[in-house]
Amino acid sequence: MTQPLLAIRGIAKAFGGVQALAGVSFDVGAGERVAVIGPNGAGKTTLFNVLDGQLAPDRGSAVLAGRALIGLSSQAIARLGVGRTFQVTATFASMTVRENVQVALLAQRGQTYALLSPLRARLADEAQSLLKQVGIDSLSERAAATLAYGDLKRLELAVALAGTPRLLLMDEPTAGLAPPERARLMRQVSDLARLAGSAVLFTEHDMDVVFAHADRIVVLNRGRVIAIGAPSAVRANPEVRNVYLGSGRDPEARDA
Amino acid sequence: MLEVRELQAGYGAATILFDVSFDVGNGEAVALLGRNGAGKSTTLKAIAGWLKPRRGDIRLDGRRIDGAPSYRIARAGLGFVPEGRRIFTGLTVAQNLEVGRREPHAGVPWTPQRLFSLFPALAELRDRRGGQISGGEQQMLAIARTLMGNPTLLLLDEPGEGLAPLVIAQLTEALRALKQAGVAILLAEQSLVLAAAIADRACVLESGQLRYAGPYGEFARDAQARAEWLGLD
Amino acid sequence: MMLGAYLAYSLIGRFGAGPLGYWGGVLLAALAVGALGVLLERTLLRRLYGAPELLQLIATFGVVLLIKDAALAVWGAEDLLGPRAPGLGGAIAIFGQPVPQYDLLLIVLAPIVLAAMWVALSRTRWGLLVRAATEDREMTAALGVNPSWLFSGVFFVGALLAGLAGALQLPREPANLNMDLTIIADVFVVTVVGGLGSIRGAFVAALIIGIVRALCIGIGDVALFGSVVSFAKLTLVAEFVVMAVVLVARPWGLYGQPPGPSAIAEQRDLQVPPGRRFAIAAALLMAALAAAPLLVDEYALVLGADMLIFALFAVSLHFIMGPGGMASFGHAAYFGLGAYAAALATRSMPMELALIVAPLAAGIGALVFGWFCVRLSGVYLAMLTLAFAQITWATVYQWDALTGGSNGLVGVWPAVWLSSRVAYYWLTLAIAGGAIALLWRVVFAPFGYALRAVRDSPQRAAAIGIDVRAVRWAGFVLAGLAAGLAGSLYAFSKGSISPDSLSIPRSIDALVMVLLGGLQTLFGPVVGAALLAWLQDTLARHTEYWRAMLGAAILVLVLLFPQGIVGALGAAARALRQRGIGKRAAAA
Repeated sequence: MTQPLLAIRGIAKAFGGVQALAGVSFDVGAGERVAVIGPNGAGKTTLFNVLDGQLAPDRGSAVLAGRALIGLSSQAIARLGVGRTFQVTATFASMTVRENVQVALLAQRGQTYALLSPLRARLADEAQSLLKQVGIDSLSERAAATLAYGDLKRLELAVALAGTPRLLLMDEPTAGLAPPERARLMRQVSDLARLAGSAVLFTEHDMDVVFAHADRIVVLNRGRVIAIGAPSAVRANPEVRNVYLGSGRDPEARDA
Repeated sequence: MLEVRELQAGYGAATILFDVSFDVGNGEAVALLGRNGAGKSTTLKAIAGWLKPRRGDIRLDGRRIDGAPSYRIARAGLGFVPEGRRIFTGLTVAQNLEVGRREPHAGVPWTPQRLFSLFPALAELRDRRGGQISGGEQQMLAIARTLMGNPTLLLLDEPGEGLAPLVIAQLTEALRALKQAGVAILLAEQSLVLAAAIADRACVLESGQLRYAGPYGEFARDAQARAEWLGLD
Repeated sequence: MMLGAYLAYSLIGRFGAGPLGYWGGVLLAALAVGALGVLLERTLLRRLYGAPELLQLIATFGVVLLIKDAALAVWGAEDLLGPRAPGLGGAIAIFGQPVPQYDLLLIVLAPIVLAAMWVALSRTRWGLLVRAATEDREMTAALGVNPSWLFSGVFFVGALLAGLAGALQLPREPANLNMDLTIIADVFVVTVVGGLGSIRGAFVAALIIGIVRALCIGIGDVALFGSVVSFAKLTLVAEFVVMAVVLVARPWGLYGQPPGPSAIAEQRDLQVPPGRRFAIAAALLMAALAAAPLLVDEYALVLGADMLIFALFAVSLHFIMGPGGMASFGHAAYFGLGAYAAALATRSMPMELALIVAPLAAGIGALVFGWFCVRLSGVYLAMLTLAFAQITWATVYQWDALTGGSNGLVGVWPAVWLSSRVAYYWLTLAIAGGAIALLWRVVFAPFGYALRAVRDSPQRAAAIGIDVRAVRWAGFVLAGLAAGLAGSLYAFSKGSISPDSLSIPRSIDALVMVLLGGLQTLFGPVVGAALLAWLQDTLARHTEYWRAMLGAAILVLVLLFPQGIVGALGAAARALRQRGIGKRAAAA
């Protein structure tokens, strides 16, 4: 990797006395899919909140294609081409599915302050085609609040893709879905990201999903990176088995 | 001890459950399985009194509890650990446990000491606020808090959701120990991780209807049934 | 508290002013108020637990109006000063200053009551359960606790203490009918400055506010930059200044915790742009209103103009509360700023021009205040808007030279060609109707969607590149402009303007209008405004006890239509339509 898309260096953050992140460093290459795994409380969500500008770290830097992210606001980071999905789905409940995407498109293009012309027709076609990409274009007139959970996750994906991101941050993209649906959604994410040329940085508890869809895996424990590398190497790492996967338990044999 | 007969329930205009009937015996562990949206949470909420059933009757130790307010049902010996843990984030671990305390109807009562030996991770966290502990610790606290009320039947809604594999292993151990102590368990789960470890019987919901009820071992061996109702292979 | 004072007066009067009669009277009064609090809670307020917090506030306001008139009916309108406490009539010299014995008693008693409260809440099982239930009522019930009696208990203690405070206050300050709103405002301020849910915070806040007030009185008049500034008069706003400073520096009060992400997602209805039918209905309504002068008398026209002005005022508040998700308790500030700016501007420019300039003044006010307010959320935001409104009110009230002080300004008349009742009515209709239509258009333009996006999920809005604070700020300023426009129309319609136009009751009026009509509807605030203006007018003309009638009317409406009148009508219409579809489907 000559020039990584995202370079994370020595990020640290403490809450009260608890060290949530204690100097985390790794790279994400352009178009690469990187999974961050680790026990609950390892610092995964904190890392994401730092990367997308919701939290200021105590130390460290994050550079996206030559631009420093630390110190920028969430909206500025979003405009640099960082899309995000949340662990607990966050959509605009008082709008239709299509309007959710339209608002995202408008924000990307700086048309937020148009006061008088109705939203209705603006960018509607583009929104519709994004919904088609994630496979929920038939639901575009439904209220976002009435969607089934899996479709809500797809809507989040469409909203995140509206900014044609260079980097997608996905916090537990498949949480709350049944196993077969998880696999389907992650396949979709992989395909769309490849199509758009976006890198994906995601956290995940389902090891089947992680091992099937990550090019590289970063393992966090108590705010530190304890392993980093290709899935096969991480799976064989004894320390990882000890703190996270559980010794003697083969993660693939869970449902037997 | 728990009898559910022709239970029908829903929210607003939508009906979620259609004539669901099943039992949980004394000291038995029953897994309530099904896909997302099949009606597992709704079933538990209707039993625990968080949702008024439209029809049907629910009995605990022979007494009707359907339609009763949730605090009465809890006093009758039914402990409910809802989805999302619902810890009191402003109270300490010890205070969370104290809120759950109720005198037992019979037998040896649960005390914080006994619960700390069941969930060793909680013992050191006694004075931490509920909002400052990790998701896995919160889940254990949620179960421990409900046990402080000395329930004879424990309802668990997706206790493994969002937990790391190692924490799930600890939870499995604790649930096994609980079962040994004679607490009946009704466990709603989408995957079969915890169910495999403790369930005596399986009930499978699909689109709000009960599709399968039988010994867990039989269900676990029936690959076709698992594929059809849970989408697992 | 007011009741506590009155009841103590009556009971002491009956039992005689001996030690037993006196203290017995005080205690009995407190107990009676406590019991009344429980009665209110169990019959009325508990029906509203599922309703939004703001609606509960409005209901409380209805109760206050009722109690106020009840007190008026029983005890009359005169101030009643209680007898002195037996044995404590004298004074003791401290540092050479005589301090009344009774005051000393209060100084000792207050910390004792406070300590008792603190122990009850933090050291007893009851307090623990109360704290658990305030955080998550449903979960507490699932652990076998009956939350309904728990909350009744809280109400009893709260009302009892309030009654006690009122009764104890009696020998120092006469019982009067204006004790209610001032006290309620005080209580809110202390709670918010201290941080919601923190007893220690409330105590420290009360202490700070007390000291600042005493300082203001102590300093008295000071010559500053050649003019005399009376700090003594500043006591009126001292607490609001303290609140503004504290909230700007610490958005969750002195000891408050930032609210965690709420476990229960708020229910949001889908809001669709109004269709052609809505536009036609609105146009028909405008036409009918335009034709009104041909049908009704002048008195009705004046009332009609008031209704229109308040409709614009309510719609402007709804704009930030509904789509914007920011409740404002001080919206009258912008109404009043617009009114005063209009009154002052017409001295140096034609009325037509003043009508354009005045809203800008309100907009500038909103620009300044909004910059601070949009950083906060929920109750804290609402209270900061109230603080700014009170500061504005006090400035206007005391700046005699410019604003005429408590007398206000007179002779604010429209231009000659608009001076007839009919002409001014038409002007009001055109301007208010046009402004309302514009605001509604903004709601469904990209900006309105951005505002709603920020309300529905601020986190997500920022993640797609929306500047959350800037959008809220812009919304705040727009609403301020519209409220200012309403205010300036009001000034010219009345011909005079007084500090009342930016006082707390005016802000409450606006809240009641919006919530009565329905927060989740577009048309609700218009209906709410018309209804409230009409009710106030009719009741005030027909009965001495119009406040009680208004309070009762508000309570009935809140209980019957928790989603507001228009919200309820909309729900009924949807239900009818669905049944229609069902029938058709069955027939097919």
